[in-house]
Amino acid sequence: MAKITYREAVRAGLREALQSNPRVFLMGEDVGKYGGTYACSKGLLDEFGPERIRDTPLSESTFVGAGIGAALGGMRPIVEVMTVNFILLALDQIVNNAATIRHMSGGQFSIPLIVRMATGAGRQVAAQHSHSLEGWYAHIPGITVLAPATVTDARRMLLAALQEPDPVFIFEHAYLYPLEGELDESALSVDLTHAAVRRTGPDISLITFGGSLWKALEAADQLAQEGISAEVVDLRILRPLDISTVLTSVRKTHRAVVIDEGWRTGSFAAEVSAQIMEGAFYDLDGPVARVCSVEVPIPYPKHLEDAALPQPEKIVQAVHSLMGR
Amino acid sequence: MAEFVMPTLGSDMTEGTLVEWKKKVDDRVVKGEIIAEVDTEKAAIEIESFHTGVIEQLLVKPGERVPVGTVMAIIREEGTQTIPAVQAHASTPPSQTVSPKDRVSSPPHAPPPIAAPVIEPGRLRISPAARKLAGELGVDPALVQGTGSGGAITLDDIQHGAQAQRRQRSASPAFTTEAGDRQARMRQTIAAAMARSKREIPHYYLSTTIDMGRAMTWLKEENLKRPVTDRLLYGVLLIKAVALALRHVPELNALWKDNAAFQSPDIHVGVAISIRQGGLVAPAIHNADKRSLGELMSSFQDVVKRARAGTLRGSELSDPTITLTSLGLAHK
Repeated sequence: MAKITYREAVRAGLREALQSNPRVFLMGEDVGKYGGTYACSKGLLDEFGPERIRDTPLSESTFVGAGIGAALGGMRPIVEVMTVNFILLALDQIVNNAATIRHMSGGQFSIPLIVRMATGAGRQVAAQHSHSLEGWYAHIPGITVLAPATVTDARRMLLAALQEPDPVFIFEHAYLYPLEGELDESALSVDLTHAAVRRTGPDISLITFGGSLWKALEAADQLAQEGISAEVVDLRILRPLDISTVLTSVRKTHRAVVIDEGWRTGSFAAEVSAQIMEGAFYDLDGPVARVCSVEVPIPYPKHLEDAALPQPEKIVQAVHSLMGR
Repeated sequence: MAEFVMPTLGSDMTEGTLVEWKKKVDDRVVKGEIIAEVDTEKAAIEIESFHTGVIEQLLVKPGERVPVGTVMAIIREEGTQTIPAVQAHASTPPSQTVSPKDRVSSPPHAPPPIAAPVIEPGRLRISPAARKLAGELGVDPALVQGTGSGGAITLDDIQHGAQAQRRQRSASPAFTTEAGDRQARMRQTIAAAMARSKREIPHYYLSTTIDMGRAMTWLKEENLKRPVTDRLLYGVLLIKAVALALRHVPELNALWKDNAAFQSPDIHVGVAISIRQGGLVAPAIHNADKRSLGELMSSFQDVVKRARAGTLRGSELSDPTITLTSLGLAHK
């Protein structure tokens, strides 16, 4: 085990991907000379040259579309979109082209495209830079949606994603970039099929992904002090969702809280909750609870932003209420 | 809502007379508790409720004679009381018209109230897992106090309920009622039932002679060891012998019901008991094959006493899987 930051893990993953296959290239806003808005590609221009580390104009629709075209042409593009908010400008390319071409060509073409982006709030960058729209993308058939929460997943998921024949979207929580974690060096690859149980416990299942994983683990620590032993499930892959790991946990604990930084209405947490009802109704000892973001544009002031987002205290409170305390 | 109907306490019973209500309107009644006394012409029988709840209505007056199946009372089952409105709902302000100016200064979108689960009247507030466990453990969830969110019944509550039920079962209930005078009608009913039996059921008779010498010697010696109050009657040996014999010939431990033979897994020996001033009933001694002679003796004494006091329970009269008539009482 070695300690590295999430940002270093992403960068190591990018370097490995670029080394693994000459057809892999990285493009996006400021990924070259500037080294990436979140410094994930710092140094890569010098190492791999401008052919493979390409700065693009500020036009998401154009460069995501170019990525689709490059993938069709036999390349393995990695497109970095600065944040999840800006990728909305490329939604047409994603929904109408990237996700559909295999289907509409009768399987003649596939789009092995990777799109990475920063997601999430918590850094006081206000309502236009703080969205958590993973759930929107998880809605789209034809693509894979990943949410690496640990440095090991941030390090290894990219190379695994390059094995996929269809588009893969990787949501990196911006709050995590500077945080350090233990890199599991024994795991040279990770699977893109299973959710991970990050902590085991018999009393209640906390089900989450991405940046919220760390809040759920903190809540589990607090709960442990009062004798409630929570299990924490990291979904890792939002599409296709590994519901069986979730159901196995809920069948054991009989209670579930789903934590999702998205707004509650129509959230990914809503989907998880519905699938728990469908798959484990008779094992539930109470309604499935959700801790999501308050339904407001994410505020700029710190105290309001904190109040709008899921927090360990809110998770603990949801657990108390479920357990009749 | 549950209906309490005039039960059938034997194949020959078509109607019954309500002797007395043991409960008033608004009284709470627990499943298995005595709710009424009914005269079947053979005996006054105390009838247990199959439901737990509160008596909503009593539809039949004492002295009324009604056919089997008549609804006699309505029981409002537990958990149907109105649940106090959930706070999130209560605090939702009435809708107001807002001027455009007000709108600017108000927060962009108030978070929509989270739909709190509201339990409709008649539904128990119980988790799906708890309901399933209650079914498996045979616990009536209506008798269980919920400790979950909003008073919901949880898995733990059902576990505790099962423990409480086990404790309750091991304690024996006490009952007292007085018998009525119904001798003439009882004679009439027995005559009708016997006549019908002879008319409708093919009869055959088997007989054998058993030397009871050893048994009687054993009984005499055994009784010398016992205190007078615990001494065994000859009839108890017969009950036990019949029950054990049925284990070897389970085909005889059967009833003809709904045009099919129904073999009972349990052995409940009905013992014919003559009632003073004439009359006869045959209440069941439950699971006679599994009980010791001492236990059978006390059960036997108990049913004899209650048969004569007119306080047999409905289930005792309808349960027998075989009936034993014994002149052994003469050996008392």
